[in-house]
Amino acid sequence: MIEPLLKMRGVKIEGRSDDKWNPIINGVNLTLNRGEVLGLIGESGAGKSTLGLAAMGYTRDGVRISGGSVEFDGIDLLTASAAVKRDLLGKRIAYVAQSAAASFNPAHRLIDQHVEAPMQHGLMDRSESEEDGMDLYRKLRLPNPDEIGFRYPHQVSGGQLQRAMTAMAMSCRPDLIIFDEPTTALDVTTQIEVLSAIRDIVTRFRTAAIYITHDLAVVAQMSDRIKVLLKGDEVETSDTRTMLSAPTEEYTKSLWAVRSFLRPAKPAVVTGTVPQLSIKNVDAAYGDTPVLHDVSFDMHAGRTVAVVGESGSGKSTTARCITGLLPPTAGQILLEGEELPASYKKRSKDQLRQIQMIYQMADTALNPRMSIGQIIGRPVQFYLGLTGAAKRKRVDQLLNQIELEPSEYFNRLPSELSGGQKQRIGIARALAAEPKFIICDEVTSALDQLVAEGILRLLADLQDDLGLSYMFITHDLATVRAIADEVVVMKDGRVVEQGPKAEMFTPPHHAYTDLLLSSVPEMDPDWLTNVLKERGVDNIGDAAVDKM
Amino acid sequence: MILWIAATLIGMGALAWAFRYAGQQITNQAPKFRDMPFGVAYGYVLAAFCLGWLVWAYMQGRSSDLATANKFFFLRIGIEGFIIFAIAAYLFRLAGRSIGTAWTRKMFREMPLTAAFGILIILIYAFVAIFAGQIPAKFIAYSASLGLILCIGLFLVGAPEKRVQAIGIVAVAFALTLAMYFIGPIAPYGQEQIIPGVAANITPGGDPALGGNPDFPLGTDQIGRDILSRLIYGAQNTVGIAFATTFLAFLLGGTFGFLAATFGGWLDQILSRMVDVLMAIPSLIFALLLMTIASVWAPRLGIPLTVFMVLIIAVIDSTRVFRLSRAVGQNIVVMDYIEAAKLRGEGFGYIIFKEILPNATAPLLAEFGLRFCFVFLTIAALSFLGVGIQPPLADWGTMVRDLAGFVNYAQFAPMAATAPLLAAGAIALLTVAVNFVVDWMLHKSSGLKE
Repeated sequence: MIEPLLKMRGVKIEGRSDDKWNPIINGVNLTLNRGEVLGLIGESGAGKSTLGLAAMGYTRDGVRISGGSVEFDGIDLLTASAAVKRDLLGKRIAYVAQSAAASFNPAHRLIDQHVEAPMQHGLMDRSESEEDGMDLYRKLRLPNPDEIGFRYPHQVSGGQLQRAMTAMAMSCRPDLIIFDEPTTALDVTTQIEVLSAIRDIVTRFRTAAIYITHDLAVVAQMSDRIKVLLKGDEVETSDTRTMLSAPTEEYTKSLWAVRSFLRPAKPAVVTGTVPQLSIKNVDAAYGDTPVLHDVSFDMHAGRTVAVVGESGSGKSTTARCITGLLPPTAGQILLEGEELPASYKKRSKDQLRQIQMIYQMADTALNPRMSIGQIIGRPVQFYLGLTGAAKRKRVDQLLNQIELEPSEYFNRLPSELSGGQKQRIGIARALAAEPKFIICDEVTSALDQLVAEGILRLLADLQDDLGLSYMFITHDLATVRAIADEVVVMKDGRVVEQGPKAEMFTPPHHAYTDLLLSSVPEMDPDWLTNVLKERGVDNIGDAAVDKM
Repeated sequence: MILWIAATLIGMGALAWAFRYAGQQITNQAPKFRDMPFGVAYGYVLAAFCLGWLVWAYMQGRSSDLATANKFFFLRIGIEGFIIFAIAAYLFRLAGRSIGTAWTRKMFREMPLTAAFGILIILIYAFVAIFAGQIPAKFIAYSASLGLILCIGLFLVGAPEKRVQAIGIVAVAFALTLAMYFIGPIAPYGQEQIIPGVAANITPGGDPALGGNPDFPLGTDQIGRDILSRLIYGAQNTVGIAFATTFLAFLLGGTFGFLAATFGGWLDQILSRMVDVLMAIPSLIFALLLMTIASVWAPRLGIPLTVFMVLIIAVIDSTRVFRLSRAVGQNIVVMDYIEAAKLRGEGFGYIIFKEILPNATAPLLAEFGLRFCFVFLTIAALSFLGVGIQPPLADWGTMVRDLAGFVNYAQFAPMAATAPLLAAGAIALLTVAVNFVVDWMLHKSSGLKE
């Protein structure tokens, strides 16, 4: 039997907070053979990244490994001296972080950072290493591989940066690479390029890898085996196909089930009804830079319109035009047939009340110094004039609506809530105004899948109970499939296609919609291979987008 | 000499190596010693050397040979002061942990020693400042009625446990004031009182052999006023005025800073450029210039010069506060919750006071502590230059200036040199104390851990 490359036995990790050590990982075993890719999945806080770092014998500040053993190729990393580890890290074990933009030093060229590790470890001299770097860039299908290394990090795109980072990790041809959510921050169309590049190079050099992510569809493409973590405990491990087709544990099944949430489609809108909110030929600009060109679509009462597109496509800008934060340079916004003043400053209190907004980052959307009662109570008092006991009663009612116990949460501060609970408070604040129309700006993209599903279900129930209409901004097509009635696809500040959901998800599509739809990872482990085959490997990514 | 230094450094290097090696052998290659860089080992040895030297120097300072003892006199005082204050702070914190409401007990439990020291010093200064002279009966009547109103007010709106606390605080304060009324002033003499029949320039320390007088433990100044009394009154004048000035500076700078951050546009431009102009002029020279003008106006208008001083320093210092609160405010204004409030249709008052201000308290508090110290030093500097707090009012800055000449005696008669340093020390102690407390509050409110 071949000795495994990495062997972690009963690893226990603790983190220090509130002056005591709290467990993060409670005895997890992990074995990784040479050339094998292990997917590590779990919600945030499950200890995925901590375990990934521990595989390098490293912990963040305020975290310690309190038990177990980590053996890399026969070397015990927990007792190894600093000198031994220095020789291993970078050379035989490499790490690719989630945010490449934050991990590159912005003051140095890519190639200067690339050559550091091989030179430090004495594997190559500078010119050899530079040439090798360009070779890796070529293998990772970066555009202009001979030239791109001489750019600074801010001069290349996020997806390219992530690939340059992978090249850097590859520079010493390590035995093991740890990928910590390398594609989480990227758009779907960019994600697919990075995924295929990573998979390609890992197979080519027979590098073992630990692939950390919370996206099941992604992990299904990348890994040979999958390990599921929950709150520092291992739930189950098995090879990818078995795991996807027949998960044994309840928790794993629930993770798989998230993607099955689907709302029944609503009957088509009767032609001739006045739309609740309608955007007519809107142009908008930031300063002298035009961002929206002739955007028009309608939103009808009690329905959900999903606006999709990659970052920079003008989705959020459209929302800013509707709320009046960015007065359009041309065009109109009509609320139930009546034109709204362009700037929010000129709108009446009642007009403001009708359109509410839920934000992507609940952290910055809730004032950290106000209690939950104050946050929700303010619009209740401001719009409806309720005070004292009546106000309290209404806030309690709202908290019940978002499924949080009033007596427990009324006096809490936002920092004492989880991400999903914070998002619920954001919803309650919007509901408190008793609006007709709510703009949901990427409300689930910062949340774990299970939590996100809870939020989607809540929004759907509220729509049924209160007859609200939503404008749902998102780049996640799974969410669109789950909740939308109508879909609007945007690119570069223009609406490229719009129509009812059923129509949008069946061909023929506009070329861009097609690219967008086919880039969404599916749970099928062969999905990536098939998509690449369909597109022709050389044709993916930048080239495909450029052709639009 | 150079040879000596080199030899010591190399010797310490050898010692550091030996220390690490011994550590490795004794602990059987524990990671702490095994992975210890040489620089760290050197640091340990250096620290041990410094500590050793301090102990040696302290023993020298206590030696019976006066010539040797004098050389290390101030170091000795410093070390003794450090230890005494540390013990006092520790006891104070211990007391705080066992007396008071559940809330204050918890606060004291989590407090670092430095903060306890800071609070203790500030309380002592406040006590001394308030009860420096004989408090008039009117003052008791006013404060008692104020306390009564506060109590009644809390009874009407406050929560039950708050009422008990309020009554407790008011009762203690009242009892203290009443007691101090009958005990009399803390200062043994008046601040401008020239005591007849007593020589000027009595050395501090109260030792007749060294030119002291037990009746005047801190000596007398150049015209025969008791330094202890003047120090105590100085707390009243300097600290009170500095506090009022800082408060005013924050009121001005904070209000305009937040307005500029929230409004933006032309208002921001006008305010910022005005502040730039004010900041371009060296502040002490500008203050001096304005004070000179004010000293002509003050008698004509019949307004005390001190009022002008407070206003001038407040305006000059408010420019720094403006910059800070504008910068902090701009960071907060871009948050989504401010956008939510704007879209709700909230007015500027609500946005500034309810949404921005609570989130800006941490940096503003830190700035308050620093600013207080700077204002304090500016007042001391102005007084030192002769345009600040006017004689015969006691002021620490003036006291340093008047007695500054005595510093020259430091080498052979350290007690005599102490005279100007007493006031300087009073300033330094308060500055350190305020900063300790502010650091702690900042740490608490920013939620920083470890």
